[in-house]
Amino acid sequence: MQKFDALDKASLRDDIPAFRAGDTLKVHVKVVEGTRSRVQVFQGVVIRRHGGGIGETFTVRKISFGVGVERTFPLHTPIIDHIEVVTRGDVRRAKLYYLRGLRGKAAKIREKRDNVPAKAGAAKTTAKKA
Amino acid sequence: MTVAQKTVKGVLGEKLGMTQVWDADNRLIPVTVVQAGPCVVTQVRADETDGYAAVQIAFGAIDPRKVNKPMSGHFEKAGVTPRRHLVELRTADAGDYELGQEITADLFEAGQRVDATGTTKGKGFAGVMKRHGFHGVSSSHGAHRNHRKPGSIGGCSTPGRVFKGMRMAGRMGGVRQTTQNLTIHAVDAEKGLLLIKGAVPGPRGGIVLIRTAAKGA
Repeated sequence: MQKFDALDKASLRDDIPAFRAGDTLKVHVKVVEGTRSRVQVFQGVVIRRHGGGIGETFTVRKISFGVGVERTFPLHTPIIDHIEVVTRGDVRRAKLYYLRGLRGKAAKIREKRDNVPAKAGAAKTTAKKA
Repeated sequence: MTVAQKTVKGVLGEKLGMTQVWDADNRLIPVTVVQAGPCVVTQVRADETDGYAAVQIAFGAIDPRKVNKPMSGHFEKAGVTPRRHLVELRTADAGDYELGQEITADLFEAGQRVDATGTTKGKGFAGVMKRHGFHGVSSSHGAHRNHRKPGSIGGCSTPGRVFKGMRMAGRMGGVRQTTQNLTIHAVDAEKGLLLIKGAVPGPRGGIVLIRTAAKGA
């Protein structure tokens, strides 16, 4: 509890969906080129969430043309237009650094199966995508 | 002697801690939050009476029973309630201040350069690597129990002594330090907060003096 929590509150975002390590995200990033601004999508697996409060960050890893690319974003940064959760991963760790040493099928993360009938679960995920 | 030629503005405050904010270009700025003021002017020094021009400002609440007689008389003369901290600022425009005048965070504006003075965190008895940034001794290559030692501290029979001021281990921190040319990122006049880009000496809750930069434009 800091004495200036109110100050941080102004820059905290409340439109961040709940996600954790193992989830696959589509991070829509605002890119400024000269005077033009457009939105670029960075899709990959969250390998860590780090810190808390205004300083919280998360790292997304993807394989781009055979090369692993990791990008760390501050969770509350205004350059993120919005975040889409594509899939929820079934993992047992909070930090998935072991993915760096794996490739191909071994680096695949199982999708989380909820304790609901398969059909209802499937319907839910499609609804989310839409 | 070209002292007190400049007009210096300053305010005492409490360091609340550090955080980060994003600026207009979405860049992340590390800032120190300082609860600046409210300070009051307790004395105005003039060339005629004191031989120099300065303004004395006071900050911080204190139980009036804890203030000794000379100090309570001093505050009474200024017509203000006793404060905990007093500081003098030498400035050319000292005559423009009045006794009892309030000084708050809105003294400064965003983008201004300031110097921040505080008392650094005490580090206790520290070795030469931490205290003076020595490189120490090799961690291997036959180094025998002298990894963080300073090495030689001087010659032999010439000069036959250790020079004064030789940097050695000892008490570190807890001294007054000024960080120059910090930028004011934002001013929250309503809450009396100053957001200063970068770090400011001292622990959270420490007293800091923020004043206009001595150097630079």
